[in-house]
This record gives sequence, structure tokens and C-alpha cells, in this order.
Amino acid sequence: MVGVANVSRIDQQSTLHGTEELVINMGPQHPSTHGVLRVILKLDGETVNDLDCDIGYLHRGTEKIGENINYTMFIPYTDRLDYIAAPSNNLAWVTAVEKFFDWEIPMRAQYIRSMVGELSRIASHLLWLATHALDIGAMTVFLWCFREREMVLDLFETAFGGRLTVNAFRLGGLHEDVPEKFLQLTQEFVDIFPSRVDDYETLLTNNRIWLQRTRDVGIISAEDAMDLGLTGPIIRGSGVKWDLRRAKPYAAYPYLDFVVPIGENGDIYDRYLVRIEELRQSTYIIQQCLEQLPGGPASCKTPRTIKPPEGEIYHSIENPKGEFGFYIVSDGTTTPYRVRIRPPSFINLGGLKKLCVGQLVADVVAIIGSIDIVLGECDR
Amino acid sequence: MSDEAVENSEETNGAPDSEESADEVAEAVKTPPGEDLKEVVESAFPGAVLEQSAYEDDEDEATFVLDVDSIVAVSTHLRDHGDSLFKLLTDLTAAHYPEAENPLEVLYHLYSFEHNRRLRLKVRIKEGQSMPTVSGVWSSADWMEREVYDLFGIEFEDHPDLRRILLPDNWGSHPMRKDYPLEGRGERIYTKPKRKEIGD
Repeated sequence: MVGVANVSRIDQQSTLHGTEELVINMGPQHPSTHGVLRVILKLDGETVNDLDCDIGYLHRGTEKIGENINYTMFIPYTDRLDYIAAPSNNLAWVTAVEKFFDWEIPMRAQYIRSMVGELSRIASHLLWLATHALDIGAMTVFLWCFREREMVLDLFETAFGGRLTVNAFRLGGLHEDVPEKFLQLTQEFVDIFPSRVDDYETLLTNNRIWLQRTRDVGIISAEDAMDLGLTGPIIRGSGVKWDLRRAKPYAAYPYLDFVVPIGENGDIYDRYLVRIEELRQSTYIIQQCLEQLPGGPASCKTPRTIKPPEGEIYHSIENPKGEFGFYIVSDGTTTPYRVRIRPPSFINLGGLKKLCVGQLVADVVAIIGSIDIVLGECDR
Repeated sequence: MSDEAVENSEETNGAPDSEESADEVAEAVKTPPGEDLKEVVESAFPGAVLEQSAYEDDEDEATFVLDVDSIVAVSTHLRDHGDSLFKLLTDLTAAHYPEAENPLEVLYHLYSFEHNRRLRLKVRIKEGQSMPTVSGVWSSADWMEREVYDLFGIEFEDHPDLRRILLPDNWGSHPMRKDYPLEGRGERIYTKPKRKEIGD
């Protein structure tokens, strides 16, 4: 901060050189904004005084589309929200709609849902780590992470045919049981992956440059994180032990064992550590799913036309980015009356201003990376 | 004869009373979801909860309908009271029911970390009526209210920065309303400029 004694000198300087606030435009084609995010920064020297986000470049009216097609037809549209972790979105939608009914979803389907959900968490966190590290200047991490992400996408291809937008689940279970080869390849992946996570950590966790760029940067306290509605790894990085897989269990999570990692300081480094630990925990969950996977059918009997009773429900799951939920109003017909997507990226991005003001302009790139946004779901 | 007497005595003495008491017990146990939260609200603002409902008596679907004037005070109370502590505004959205008397419905989904439970608040307003902002209670309401303004056209009084957020600033209408067409260009009618003919 500027002391009282310095004020007159600074005033003098400003009259001499005519210093003023500098407004610069970052994005929407800037590679470090992870999509089409435009940030308007107001700078005083290198310090960020104020910023404004310009979003909506990818707005496709997904909620409006959802109100005009039936419940099954909306599943592929959810793929296009958080396209980095598409099966997670499918899971949120099918579990939300299933809340209207008292179907008994077979345990085999529940375990496969949890397993594929965790695979998509790994895929999402790997893409986050790759691009986040690349933003800060670590090229090798990018290549290594994409090598393993490719393995996960191959697994999706084996099980569901698609790689990015997979349309994985159906109301009542799965479309078909997964092939035996999928389980074999998943076991191979689970065996190899923990050592790969160790490899990423050798590159970053004690790296001096990484520590300087991430420690004590973009700090957010637990109280502020709750106030801003931040969810997922960000709030856990601030020390709030809260995970919807534990708080409001769904799919097979009541039967699975895992640790919810939390941070202490709430800076970028803590969010990094939380996500790295989540990679390990996800692998552990997949291992348990493979061991406990029961036999039996992969889907329960569902009516040909899905007609939920009148009413309104809200259901959310723990997406890789945070709490991802659906608020559905049914009027008793085959199409929902109102579909609302609770987007974690949109609401987490709302906290960007609080995180960035007072930081250096170079740290804005690191902070955006640490929030882990995907604009497809932010703009919907 | 003796059998009948026994039956009668059972009917008159024991059975009906016990059935009634069993019913009373069942009623006392089976309170509607969110009844304790209603007491939290009513202790400070009597008569604030206009309606109470829940889908299939699910505790997480507890819903209160509130009045426009009381929403900010009740939200603040629910956030700070020890029995509720709804510190997270999970979601703020709206729904449009064109046939209803109050066609626009603003919805608040709250979550409490301490008690691990959810609550839904609703406010129904008339066309053109504005809402008080809750961005002073939860900062996360800032962007979500901007989105509701953008897509539904509901204005929020005293909002720090009420601008469109997803659509371009000059869009002119609010696409999540039910009267907005799904297909076609809506009000964005593009008229092809007339070609200049020779001699014009």
C-alpha cells in the first residue's frame, strides 16, 4: 500500500506523465481462457483493479430445447454442456429424472455408472492439469496428461462407441451392458494410472517455478467461497469438507470407500493438490467398482414413454467442476415443463472478480486455470 | 354369548381407543417436510410462509412460497439462524406460467452445510413487477439474477450491475418465456435488402 507521505509524490507523477487506468481485453480467442471467455481487465500498472467477464458466446438455449423434447431425447444434449466430462452430465440428468419414479435401478448399472463417472472425472482433471500447467509454462505435463486422457477416451469408445459425447446412460440403467473388453482395459488403466499421477507430481509439486506461481495466489477463504456459491474442488481447496458423493449419495457411492481431500489455504496450489488427490481417489473407486461389480441385468424395465407425475424436483451430483444439478418441473406430459441446469462453471466463474482483484495481471491466467471452467456448460 | 360379550368388550373398551391413539402417534411422527424450518421462519416473521409443499414428502424438496416483500428478510434470517444456516445459494432461477394469476415465479434453492439439507423458496410476481435483489445476502446471486433478467425479463431492484449476461445487449426480448418461439427467428426478423435494379 502507498503510505501517506508518498501521496503527493504520486500525484505529481500522475500529472507529469498522465498515468491512468489501462483497460485491456483478454480473449475471447486467447488460448488461456479455455474457450470463448472474454475478460476485460482494468489495470493499474500490473495490478488488477477491476474486471468484467463477457460470456455467452456459446449460448445455445439448451434449457429451452429441453422444454420442448422428451426426457430421453435430452440425454445427448447434456453431453454438450460439460463436454470434457460428458458421462457425468448424463448421470446428473438420468438420476434427476429417476427421482420422479420408484424404479429399482439394478446394482450392476449403478456400479458401472459410478465407474464411468469417475473415469470422466479423471478425463476432466487430466485436461485441467494439462492446460493449467501449459498456461503457467510447463509443456511436458501437457503431453503426459493427454497420453492418459487418450486412454480414458479409448475406454469410452470401447463401452459406448463415442469418445467425447458418449450418450452413456439411459433412464433406468444403461442402454446395453458393457463389453467384457471394457472391464479388462479399465483394469489395465487402473493398474498403470497411479504411477502416472506420481510422474506428474515429480514435475510439479516441488517445482520451484510452480510453487512461486501458485502459492499464496488467488486465495479465497471458506466463508467467501460459500458466499460466492463456489463448489467442487475450489471450496474443498479452501478447507470445506463437502462432497455431494458423500453428502447426498447417488449411484453406487453409498457402498464405495474414498477420502474427500481438502486444502488449507485456499490458494491455487491447494486446489491443485486437491485435484491431484481426487485423481488417486477416483482410481481407487474404479478399482473397488471392478472388484465389487455384481452380475445381473444392466437396466430395469421402463415404460416406453416416460411420463413423470406432476411435480418439481431438484437433483444434483458432484461433477468434476462442482455441483451440477437439474431442476425439473413436470406437468404430467412426456416433455418437461421447465428444465433448469445448475451450472458449476457459470457460478464458479462469478467468483473470478473476487479472486483476481488486487492480484497481478500474469496471475489472472493462473487463476482462471485453477477455477477449471468449461464454457459449453457456462453458457449453455 | 360369552364370545359376543368378549368381542363387545374389546370393541368398547380397548380397540377403538388404541386405534385412535395410534393414528395420533402416526400424525405426530409424520410432519410435513420442512416443518421445523417453517417454525424458524415463523418465529421471526409470523405468516411469512404462504404455502408449504414437498414432492412426495421428500425432505430435500421442501418448498416455501413467500411474499415479494419478505424475501430478503427471510433469506437473511435463514442464512444466519442456527437451526437453518443456509449459507450456500445453490441456484436462483425462474419459471414462466402464462395462465397463472402471477405468471412469473422466482426460485431460490438453498443448501446448508451444517445440517446437510436443502430448501426451495418461491416468490410469485405479476408481469412487469420487479423483485428485490438478494445479492446482498449471497454474493453468488449477482450473476444468477443477471441471467434471470436476461432470459425472463424480471428486473431486480438495487442490483449492483443489472445487465444482460448471456445474450447480446441489444437482443430486445427474453427467450425463456413460454411465448418466445422455439424455432424461427422470433422478433429478429431479417429483411433482405432489396436489390437495386437498373433504372432505380
